[in-house]
Amino acid sequence: MFEPILTRNIHRPNSEKIATYLAHGGYAAVKLALTKTPDELIEMVKRSGLRGRGGAGFPAGVKWGYMPKGAGIQKFVAVNTDEGEPGTFKDREIVERDPHQVIEGVIIAAYAVGASRAYVYIRGEFFLGVKRWIKAIADAYEYGFLGRNILGSGFDLDMSVHRGAGAYICGEETAMLESLEGKRGNPRLKPPYPAQAGLFGLPTLVHNIETLACIPHIVERGPEWFASIGTAESKGPKIFSVSGHVNRPGNYELPLGVTLREIIYEHAGGIRGGRELKAVIPGGASTPMLTASQIDVPMAYETLKAAGSELGTGAIVVLDVTTCMVETARRLTKFFAHESCGRCTPCRIGSQRLYETLDRIESGKGTMDDIDRAVELARGIDGITFCPMGAMLVNPARSAIQHFRPEFEYHILNKHCLVCKSKERNYG
Amino acid sequence: MTKQVTLTIDGQQVAVSEGTLIVNAAKQIGIDIPVFCYHPKMEPVGMCRQCLVEVGRPVVDRATGQVVMEDGKPKIQFGAKLETACTTPVSDGMVVLTASEKAKANQREILEFLLTSHPLDCPVCDKGGECPLQNLTLAHGAPASRFIYDEKQHADKRVPLGDLIWLDRERCIQCARCIRFQDEIAGESVLAFYQRGRATDIITNSEPGFDSIFSGNTTDICPVGALTTADFRFGARPWEMKAAASICSQCPVGCNVTLNTRREAKSGGKVVLKRVMPRQNEAVNEIWICDKGRFAHHFTENEHRLATPLARKDGKLALVSWDKALGLVAGKLADAKGEAVVLASGRLSNEDLFNLKQLADGLGGEALLYTQMGGGELTTAYGVPAGTNFAEMGIGTTILVVASDLYNEAPIWYLRLKQAAERGATLILANARETKLEKYSQFVVRYSYGDEAETICGLAKKAHVGEAITSAENLVVLYGSDGLGLDGSSALAAACAELVKSRAGKPNNGLIGVWPRANDQGAWELGFKPVADLKAVFQKANVVYIAGADPFGDNPELTSRIPHHASRIPQHASRSTHPAPFIIVQELFLTETAKLADVILPAQAVTEREGSFTSGERRAQRFYPAVPARGQSRADFVITAQIAAEFGLELEGRFAARVMDKMAATVKTFAGISYRELAETTEQWPIVGRGDLYYGGTTYENKQGLGVILALSPSPTGRGARGEGKPLRPDEDHWLAVPVTRLYDLGITVATSALLKARTGGAHILLHPDSAQKLGLAAGEQVELNGNRLEVRLDPTVPVMVALVPRSMGVPIAGPMVAKIKAA
Repeated sequence: MFEPILTRNIHRPNSEKIATYLAHGGYAAVKLALTKTPDELIEMVKRSGLRGRGGAGFPAGVKWGYMPKGAGIQKFVAVNTDEGEPGTFKDREIVERDPHQVIEGVIIAAYAVGASRAYVYIRGEFFLGVKRWIKAIADAYEYGFLGRNILGSGFDLDMSVHRGAGAYICGEETAMLESLEGKRGNPRLKPPYPAQAGLFGLPTLVHNIETLACIPHIVERGPEWFASIGTAESKGPKIFSVSGHVNRPGNYELPLGVTLREIIYEHAGGIRGGRELKAVIPGGASTPMLTASQIDVPMAYETLKAAGSELGTGAIVVLDVTTCMVETARRLTKFFAHESCGRCTPCRIGSQRLYETLDRIESGKGTMDDIDRAVELARGIDGITFCPMGAMLVNPARSAIQHFRPEFEYHILNKHCLVCKSKERNYG
Repeated sequence: MTKQVTLTIDGQQVAVSEGTLIVNAAKQIGIDIPVFCYHPKMEPVGMCRQCLVEVGRPVVDRATGQVVMEDGKPKIQFGAKLETACTTPVSDGMVVLTASEKAKANQREILEFLLTSHPLDCPVCDKGGECPLQNLTLAHGAPASRFIYDEKQHADKRVPLGDLIWLDRERCIQCARCIRFQDEIAGESVLAFYQRGRATDIITNSEPGFDSIFSGNTTDICPVGALTTADFRFGARPWEMKAAASICSQCPVGCNVTLNTRREAKSGGKVVLKRVMPRQNEAVNEIWICDKGRFAHHFTENEHRLATPLARKDGKLALVSWDKALGLVAGKLADAKGEAVVLASGRLSNEDLFNLKQLADGLGGEALLYTQMGGGELTTAYGVPAGTNFAEMGIGTTILVVASDLYNEAPIWYLRLKQAAERGATLILANARETKLEKYSQFVVRYSYGDEAETICGLAKKAHVGEAITSAENLVVLYGSDGLGLDGSSALAAACAELVKSRAGKPNNGLIGVWPRANDQGAWELGFKPVADLKAVFQKANVVYIAGADPFGDNPELTSRIPHHASRIPQHASRSTHPAPFIIVQELFLTETAKLADVILPAQAVTEREGSFTSGERRAQRFYPAVPARGQSRADFVITAQIAAEFGLELEGRFAARVMDKMAATVKTFAGISYRELAETTEQWPIVGRGDLYYGGTTYENKQGLGVILALSPSPTGRGARGEGKPLRPDEDHWLAVPVTRLYDLGITVATSALLKARTGGAHILLHPDSAQKLGLAAGEQVELNGNRLEVRLDPTVPVMVALVPRSMGVPIAGPMVAKIKAA
């Protein structure tokens, strides 16, 4: 049985309180980190093999290394709690139940890259999360973990919370920075990357909070320990948010490399009602779905890529045989069309056209051409958009057609659903 | 010299400077990469994805750092994804394919996306015929769409963003060029995106809507017909119109414009002016014009234009033939000899003014310039020489702006100085009140009205500001007449000239006058002298020949000398025993001055004839006829020459070009200049106005001449007059009224353009809120100033007990004056 690391505290009473965190060894890593040089810490994170948990999986240590050196430069850490990927609810749990773990990670990261200001960007709908963040930061100030001369080290760090206004795209790091600056949340042109010119044009280290939550443990228990968990290219623990047709949906912290089968059948209690599995979305709504036959794939960056999908945020959406795949693709595409920022042509218009095409098929008005049209559209959008969202938004439709084309054809030929046999629609 | 980078685009090698974007490198060798959101004057954003190309780079061996060779050539690796040509800078050895199957497929698909919801308005759309979307669809689009027609999204088609600009939301392709123009170039962020995804909309967030004086430019760079001007909307199809090069006559900047004309049924089969478009001159207006220049053109076709000569008969003005009018006028002038006065303004062209001066000289009379701003002899001596260009000014250049509200007086200079400041030039603003350009300035010098010249005299010795002036590599001083009359501005010019004297003749150094009219500088060059006391002129002269000026309209008190308006003569004023002068007025309209004339000679508008203006930068520029002349009207220089001929003085009255030849032969600063030289052009960057409208917009290419900056005349013929007496000061009981310039005043060009007239809001004065409170007045209430009833507007930047009185808004004000102000 894997011993939880990131979620080790979340089931304790008052787990969000600083007293609880301190009582269980909290903030020890900060004390230790402040005795090391920034370069030693960057080296540790590099050796740990930690990769970003926000979806893109970029090596964290490399990112730290990109930050310009030198004390004369104002630098920032931006903490991404804008968890908006459908199916993902891990960040919410961390921030609501163990925010100090993240603050500790932020302090260490800021110290390592020489930042004196940290901004938390949190999804506006996380009402409890906002409260927890604010309280935790206030307490950290009170205990001397934030503010001037932290623990007598001479290192200063200020931290505050900024609420988002409800846009999926603001989870993308540069759009988040724009939003933090008070602007419309549009992705920025890269390069320059945030490490060169981020928030307010200054070097900024942007991390998802799960990534930051790993940092204290790497510092305390060593990069080698961290690297011993997981697979060749995917190191450390990961919180998998399991939802959909399982008996026990929820967050499960497991080592990277655990198979989908193990997560679904051992940890999440198998399929609801003992039904047959149909498909799994392994890394959040924007990752391509896998079929029931593919669930022996280990949940790791490299293995999922080989299987034609992505680890993404590690949010597993389990779909059983009662699921209409046409409707699934339609509904997810509708989400992305709604959330497109509108900045670039293929995403702004393509997402809408893709949704309309799927909607036509789903509602029994489609023609056989529509399937090919959807595939063509997906190809046309993928790879040419301004930000990665274009490549992601086509995944639900493209993978659903790839794996379940006969269902689409059935909809067109019979003008109703293969699964529910109903012409009625009672969803949005 | 920046490093040169060599790359290959579609098989052609090109060397460009480092940092050049692929799209611009391609442009330089004639390869047009299609773009919608990219514009060469703005930062690239990579939004529309139309410009995606295949980019390959040489493979470099990581160990050795050497380029890997293959078959004797560098091995090129192409990226998996297409790259945006508009955001990717070139690099050495780069290979770009703009027309590969992959690139072409993308061009096709983006166009298809854009067209899925684009309305089929082309047959009625203003942009049709000069539309980037239309042109690029023809060049790169797919013959058929894969998308179903009835799924087009519909949106509002008639959205007024402001009084001047309409938005058609269906046509918009969300390229954000208009938003970015307002943010980056105009510096007036009044447009924004609203909503997101497919619902993304352009909105205005200012009150009133689209509150910018540069708004018309957005319609030029809009790559579809989404933005149209209220003035031209549904006015004509681009291909029906002819184009004539012209120079804007609204201010001293001298923007190069193109006048589009059409012969049309609804105008009774006449050729009429349909719109004014910018014409590229990177040293003057780049590719922009202000809204006044664009929309204040309706005076040409106004029904009240004078069309025939008129002469007074039995106290009334009656039609006469040209022969009769000329004979009458010439007779009076010949009799008057040295008692004749020519009074002209900078509204006239160089040629007109030259002939008028020749005529005055021939008679032994005076040639007077109707102006309230002095110092022209100093700009002639210490002006900016050839080779000067605001676009080249940046770090190392200091620009001092004194007593000028450039935003209102010369909007394009406002833009260019803003840009110079953004490039690192040190901008110093000296004025008695805050003006709009101040937000881009490094130093602000605040003085009290009356202290202008004194302040500038002491400026060089002041800490920081003085250093910025004396140690600057280049120094340009612009002075105006904000709050000043003739005396004050003359004194100010003299003070300003001291700052630049030692730099005379060095490019990007010198003195520039922000004149009230387009060709004031030309009048000074040609020897016209300003006149301080007009009343005395009318008291002394036997004949006054007034061309292009309306002294009685500007100051009704002058009428006391003229008998025809008996009702307007105050009894005490008519005591003079000298008979009233014979008045000749050469005009476009029946102005207040014309109404008092003995003979009225109808002149042609700038749009109807040939000629040249000298801009504030002393650039002589040609304009060309665009529309046929109104009625029997004649060009000013022609009329003058014909009058002269009547009494045997030979002046050139046939061709403007030959007047210029004479000018070149006799006027020092025009030496060697010819119409041919003024019509010369050189390659300009960015390349605009050719077949590639999607790149630079519908701005016209300049094929008609970039103009020539006049030579300096190192020994000034006169000295700037020092202001006499003590400056006027407001105090507890006395108000100081000072003149200021508003872009949209009630001058004839604005008054005849309904769209702009609506924006002037009528006669008003500006007071500090505390001043208004003292009078017990609130904004919008009526005030009485020296007998004139005006609306009060509040402006906290106005000094207390000072009233700003906009010129040409119905209140006579020649310079600062102590005024009686009370609640009306």
